[in-house]
Amino acid sequence: MASLKLTLGPLFFHWPADQLATFYNRVADEAPVDRVHVGEVVCGKRMPFSDPAWPDIIERLERGGKEVVLSTLAAPATVRERRAVEEWCADGRLVEINDITALPARSSRPFVTGPFVNVYNAATASFLVRHGARTICPPVELPLATIGAIAAGCAEAEFELFTFGRLPLALSGRCYHARLHGLHKDSCQFTCEQDPDGLAVDTLDGQSFLAINGVQTLSAQVQAVVLDPAELAAHNVLRLRLSPHGCDMVEVARTYRELVERRVEPNEARFLLSCLDLPGPMVDGYVRGEPGSQPPVPA
Amino acid sequence: MSGRMELVCPAGTPATLRAAVLAGADAVYCGFRDETNARNFPGLNFSSQEMAEGIRFAHGNGSKVLVAINTFARAENTDLWRKAADTAAACGADAVIAADIAVLDHMANSHPRTRLHLSVQAAAATPEAISFYAQAFGVRRVVLPRVLSVQEIAVLNRAIDVETEAFVFGGLCVMMEGRCHLSSYATGKSPNLNGVCSSPEAVSYVEDAEGTTARLAGFTIDRFGAGEPAGYPTLCKGRFTAGDKTGYLFEDPVSLNAGSMIVALKSAGVTALKIEGRQRGKGYVTEVVRAFRRAVDAAESGGDPVEIDGILAGLSEGGRQTTGAYRKTWR
Repeated sequence: MASLKLTLGPLFFHWPADQLATFYNRVADEAPVDRVHVGEVVCGKRMPFSDPAWPDIIERLERGGKEVVLSTLAAPATVRERRAVEEWCADGRLVEINDITALPARSSRPFVTGPFVNVYNAATASFLVRHGARTICPPVELPLATIGAIAAGCAEAEFELFTFGRLPLALSGRCYHARLHGLHKDSCQFTCEQDPDGLAVDTLDGQSFLAINGVQTLSAQVQAVVLDPAELAAHNVLRLRLSPHGCDMVEVARTYRELVERRVEPNEARFLLSCLDLPGPMVDGYVRGEPGSQPPVPA
Repeated sequence: MSGRMELVCPAGTPATLRAAVLAGADAVYCGFRDETNARNFPGLNFSSQEMAEGIRFAHGNGSKVLVAINTFARAENTDLWRKAADTAAACGADAVIAADIAVLDHMANSHPRTRLHLSVQAAAATPEAISFYAQAFGVRRVVLPRVLSVQEIAVLNRAIDVETEAFVFGGLCVMMEGRCHLSSYATGKSPNLNGVCSSPEAVSYVEDAEGTTARLAGFTIDRFGAGEPAGYPTLCKGRFTAGDKTGYLFEDPVSLNAGSMIVALKSAGVTALKIEGRQRGKGYVTEVVRAFRRAVDAAESGGDPVEIDGILAGLSEGGRQTTGAYRKTWR
């Protein structure tokens, strides 16, 4: 059995350019992942800050032997944002589309679909494959069994599971960081930069629940799917996506590498992850067809 | 855009369909009694026989019926969605409203003579996305995501050659529809897969001396003082704490009333105005459709916007109202 591949997904948060460089340089040198996504997917207003940083980061990652994927915006709206999507789609590297807006610009050339593109069945997956989809990371709410059913009906695509990180749950036309700080989206002052893993949203009882990140809402809890590699393979999952956070992502990647190469048991891998400075407690309900907020059941 | 604007009205039952038609709806939208439509509530929606009868009644009274098959077909059971599409076409639906590429593809291949409308659940908000759906599946109309301002809609309409339909009244999603998993994160049931949001079976109200706590699958969504009416705990309209602030972080518990925007939406090139509320009773639907019928007719005959606003001012969902994103206040 070939070992599962590991992908570092796109960063959802607004990190300063020097922090991006430090983070991705370390990924290039140390993280045992096969593929790394770069690019802003949540908010087009952040692009002027991160755009200048990407060329050097891409070069460094590629010199480090990583396959680089250019991720595009999940909700492009303005002319500038739509043009940015089109420009990235023209690149010779693999591109991730996160909105149908990108499809005409990328059609017939290979792409990845991210979890913001609604692939719920094999007919949709096959349609996208005919337009160039190679890797499909389905929406986070799908159970592993459903992903397996999609993959069984669409052998041409490689299926990737959103495995680690706060779950991307919703997008809005409204910026919640701006709203919280009494600001308008157009003059938001980039307050989202203060929260490198998003800002926790608690219930009135103080129970941790969600996190806001500009126009995005995530789970407060951290998806941490830790399954026997054979079970993932049985559902035709060939790649695991790890979503970047402020915790030690190199350690996260090492733990998953050991898991997929069967050097650690699932329970041990879960313990190793729990020792890291995660932004919230671990959950994995979605993969079992339960509410996404359900904690893992120890084997 | 020339031509009269079409008034598209909700029907959760055969009785509300008749009420909407008699109150002046140009078109009524409804769905089958299963997970294929985005308002899958107990006691709502149509059997295939009721759909056929409803369509006959509407056509006999000069109204159209648009059938919503606007959830995403679950991989293990795509036949349910395919059958819904086939039944809608066989019943003589004037259009099918769909979001899932699999459903759109099936309609385009198997029922090319049935009009296709792109559901708001597809969240298509750019000329590129809308044109893609038009070219790939022959989509003739797009229901616009509720995140666009009137100015943005005007610009969009100049860049596309399909009709647009805009929500003007009723419940308001603050998240992009079709891209929201908040409900399934808490309850396991989702708008995309099950056609339900913040589903009723997950709701509980806990009373104590201080008042009532409204919970959803164990998460407190809001708290109401003693004597204060307890609202339904729709997840995105609850009160939460972030940083040092507590309040309605995502959206106040308001509903949409863009009645004052009818003339502006017409100028922006919008073809059809949509009223939300398939879960509503026939009394409510009659009242809202009648008022909007008068307002749209007044707008069509060059009526004064202030007067039109007056016609609709009496309508209320029992709470505060907003014009949503249309006035650009979200920016």
